[in-house]
Amino acid sequence: MTARSNSMPARKLPLLTPETEAFWTGGKNGELLIQRCGTCGLYQHPPLPICSACRTETVASAAVSGKGKVKTFTINHQPWMPGLDEPFVFAAVELDEQAELYIFSNILAAPEAVTSGMRVKVSFEHLDDVWLPMFTPDGEAGDEA
Amino acid sequence: MKREDYPEKQVCITGIGQTKAGRPSDRSALQLTLEACLQAIDDAGISVDDVDGLICHPGKTPEGGGISPVGTVETMMALGIRPVWTNPSSHEGPGHMAAIFQGIMAIATGLCKHVLCFRSVAQATARMTSRSSTLLTGNRERVDPGNNAFTVPYHAYSPVNLWALYAQAYFDKYGVGEEELGWVAVNGRRHAMHNPNAIYRKPITIDDYLDARMISTPLRLYDCDSHIDGSTAILLSAKDLAKDLKNPPINIEAMGMSMGAFGEGLHSGDFTMTPAEVCGDMLWNRTDWTPKDVDCAQIYDGFSIHVWLWLEAVRLCGRGEAAGFIAGGERTAITGELPLNTSGGQLSAGRFHGYGHTHEACAQLWGRGGERQVAGAKTCMAVNGGYGYGAMLLNCD
Ligand SMILES: [Zn+2]
Repeated sequence: MTARSNSMPARKLPLLTPETEAFWTGGKNGELLIQRCGTCGLYQHPPLPICSACRTETVASAAVSGKGKVKTFTINHQPWMPGLDEPFVFAAVELDEQAELYIFSNILAAPEAVTSGMRVKVSFEHLDDVWLPMFTPDGEAGDEA
Repeated sequence: MKREDYPEKQVCITGIGQTKAGRPSDRSALQLTLEACLQAIDDAGISVDDVDGLICHPGKTPEGGGISPVGTVETMMALGIRPVWTNPSSHEGPGHMAAIFQGIMAIATGLCKHVLCFRSVAQATARMTSRSSTLLTGNRERVDPGNNAFTVPYHAYSPVNLWALYAQAYFDKYGVGEEELGWVAVNGRRHAMHNPNAIYRKPITIDDYLDARMISTPLRLYDCDSHIDGSTAILLSAKDLAKDLKNPPINIEAMGMSMGAFGEGLHSGDFTMTPAEVCGDMLWNRTDWTPKDVDCAQIYDGFSIHVWLWLEAVRLCGRGEAAGFIAGGERTAITGELPLNTSGGQLSAGRFHGYGHTHEACAQLWGRGGERQVAGAKTCMAVNGGYGYGAMLLNCD
């Protein structure tokens, strides 16, 4: 399934900034890094210079389990550009660490097999200096609605 | 502050103008802009020289794609006027209505008397040069955090991919589906038939809707609005001057606004609500009127799902009830209990980008709807935006 993803046209990569670099490069060490507040414990994504809840600067990247569920998803059928290997799945993944902690990604699975509530786990696609977090079905866990 | 002192109570809408939607147009974006502006000025019955404030949304942008190809400076030059006030309107503001809100505040604070607000698009022409010009990839080598950096790397090149997530979540939560959603498009097309400026005027059925190609599940072709070339102008005037002009003044009973951060990747809740909820709260907190007082509604429909989310955000439908309200099309017909998107909305009239909705609200209140006229329409809700949010409750007795 990773091969399928790699056959797509070049992905437009994110610009790395002081705030976002950890998120986009944690995959180098096999880690999904999400910003967490050292004062109140809140995870926040997208990453920012301060905690949006307690407004302290005690935010730092923390490795999370990389597990979660598909909150909602879409199967893209539109060939936006030549070579795009549609259909593919674009989804909001809710991470296990905190309610409503979402990251967007592709689900590397047969589109018809993807459902809302499906358990997924992270993997990484290395392109240039970026390790894009991607998700695959987590066969070991039961799905929830 | 007493309600009669609110800025929106010091200002009226006194004229409107709109070009036909072109796909593409054989006229330049500046020509289209001037056509709409001169129409609005003539409609109000003021002299061109009386316009002392000029603003457009979101300001002329170098980003390309025809999203905002005309600015206030060249419009000022061509109109031969010397406005004392203008201001940038921005994608970061409360939706497309931001320019109108700023115009209201400029008049209410005494800076000027007649503000011309316009919105011009040339996205159809831009797409003739490059089909990818309207995608979210931008023209830089990498996507930056303010510009869909968390979604574009995943081949989510269009806003449709993002809004599809909301449609699927709404389906999952409320147990509705594509047949209900299809009625948003069918409803608008039925009304566009009677709107001479609309780009698509041939009625469609639910079967046509379901037979159309899938873009990004569950959103199909007719769930998406269409890029066009066109321009709309809305003239705002100080209340004390408005009463002596050609049209009965349209009062702004209340306005609401809020910010969003979807392009920056921030989403909260369960994907069935947007920050438009804040906008709805603000609007209803500024008036004694209630949703029952609304005679017709022009609800932003860049994508069909926007209509469900917006109707609930501005309390015209209860939570989870918008889908059932529109399904079948009776309650939202011209003769229904809440005629909806009577110009066809953006799905059928074309992406006038929010300004079509305000234009149509005024046309209805002035009784100009022809075969799409809502009998006795005195109060209309107009709302704009998917990434920032604005709403006005308009009234004309
Ligand atoms: Zn904190």
